[in-house]
Amino acid sequence: MQPVNQILRKIPVWGVYLLGALPAPWLLYLAVTGGLGVEPIKALEHELGELALQLLILGLAVTPLRRHLGLNLMKFRRAIGVLTFVYISLHLLTWLVLDVQLPSQIWADIVKRPYITVGMAAFLLMLPLAVTSNNWSVRRLGPSWRKLHRLVYPAAILGALHYVMLAKGFQIEPLIYLVIILGLLVLRLPIPSLLVRWRQVDSA
Amino acid sequence: GVGLTAMSRPAAAQDALEPNTWEEITSYNNYYEFGTGKEDPARYAGSLITEPWSVKIDGMVDRPGDYDFQDILSEMTVEERIYRFRCVEAWSMVIPWNGFELADLLSMAGVQEGAKYVAFETAYRPEEMPGVRFPILEWPYREGLRLDEAMNPLTIMATGIYDRPIPNQNGAPLRLVVPWKYGFKSIKSIVRITLTEDEPPTSWNMSNPREYGFYSNVNPNVDHPRWSQGSERLIGGGLFSKREPTLMYNGYEKEVSSLYEGMDLAKNY
Repeated sequence: MQPVNQILRKIPVWGVYLLGALPAPWLLYLAVTGGLGVEPIKALEHELGELALQLLILGLAVTPLRRHLGLNLMKFRRAIGVLTFVYISLHLLTWLVLDVQLPSQIWADIVKRPYITVGMAAFLLMLPLAVTSNNWSVRRLGPSWRKLHRLVYPAAILGALHYVMLAKGFQIEPLIYLVIILGLLVLRLPIPSLLVRWRQVDSA
Repeated sequence: GVGLTAMSRPAAAQDALEPNTWEEITSYNNYYEFGTGKEDPARYAGSLITEPWSVKIDGMVDRPGDYDFQDILSEMTVEERIYRFRCVEAWSMVIPWNGFELADLLSMAGVQEGAKYVAFETAYRPEEMPGVRFPILEWPYREGLRLDEAMNPLTIMATGIYDRPIPNQNGAPLRLVVPWKYGFKSIKSIVRITLTEDEPPTSWNMSNPREYGFYSNVNPNVDHPRWSQGSERLIGGGLFSKREPTLMYNGYEKEVSSLYEGMDLAKNY
C-alpha cells in the first residue's frame, strides 16, 4: 500500500473537492437538455440522492480501509464528508423546490410519510457535522468533536433506510446500499480485538 | 358481428386533450419485467417476441380457447381514443391509443351468466424478460376488473399509439387501458383473460395490500400511504414543470362514478 499512499499524498485536497463537485453542474446540464429523460425532476432528485449515498459509503470506508488494508485516505475525509452534505442538500432542495413545490404539502409529507421523516432526520443529523467541518471547530470542541461526528453512523443508516422505504415492490439496489453501510459500521465494532482476547482466555 | 357502432364514442372531451409526444410515451415506462428503471423497458423490451401471439380466453365463457392476435384484430374495430393516463406514482401523460372496446372482445368469447370478474395475465418469459429474474413482484403480472368495469365503453384493449403498432415497452401487442384507474391496472402484453365468479388476485395488491387496492381508481382524496395523490406532474414540462391537481376518476367521473355508487372509496381504494 505504501506506493499508493505516496501517490495519494501528492493529490491536493482541493482536487478532490473539484472532482466531487463536478457531477452537480453536469447533472443540472443533463436535466435541462433532456439528458435525464422526459421526467428530469425525479431523475435529478434520484441521481443526487444516490450520489450522496455513494459519498457517504466512501466516507465510512476511510477508517476500515486504513485499518484493514493500510490505504490512507484520511487527508480527504473532510472533503468527502462536506461533499456528501452538499449532495444531500441539493437532493433535499430538488425535492422542496422542483418536486413538491407546495409549502403546505412539504410539512404534511415530512410528518405523514415515514420515508420522508427518516430522510429528513438523516439530514438534520448531518447538519451539525457540516457546520463543524473546519479546523476551528475541531480545536474548539476537542475530544467531543469526535463524539459529535459519530452522528454520521445513525445518519448513514437512516439515509439507506430512506432509500429502502421508497422503493416499490421488492427491489435489490436499495438493499445493497443498506447492507454495505451496515457492513462498514460492523467493521468498526471491536470484534477482532474481542476475538484476540477470547483466544488469549482459551489458551490461558 | 362484433364491430363497433358509431354510438359508442364516449370521451367526447378527448379532443380538448393535447397528447404527449411519441418520444415521451415510449421512453418513460413502468414495465418491471424489463427492469425497475423508467428507461429500462425502452432499452430491454425489444427482446420480447410478439409474433405470433395468442390470448387464452377461459373461465366462464361460451367459447373458450386460444385466440390468435391477428384473428382477434380482424374481428374488431380499432379506433383512436385519446385518454389521460395517471400513474400511481403521481405522474401523468395524455396518450392517443388505438384500440377496441374490451366489451367487444368479451362478447366474442361469450360471457356466461354468473361471471362477475375478469382476470388478466401478462406474458411470463424469463428468456425474453430480464427483469423477472428478480422477485420484485410475484410473476406473472396479474390484474383484474369487475365485469361492469370491464364492459364500460371507456375500457379498451389497446393495440397501437399514434396509429403505429404499440411498442413493446408500452405492452405490445395488446394491453388493457382503463383510463380512470391508476396505470398499473392497465396490464400489458396480455396472454390470458379469465372470466370468474370471485375477485381475482392482482399483483400489486398481493405485494402490498395496504398500498394498492383491487379498485385503484384515481382519487385525489385518498392518498397512497407514502405520497399524496392530490396532485400530479404531467410528463413533458421539463425541469420546472408545475404540479397539477389530480381529477376524480382521472377526469372520467361522469362516465364511471355510477359504477361505485354507495361504495366507501376510502375503504375500497
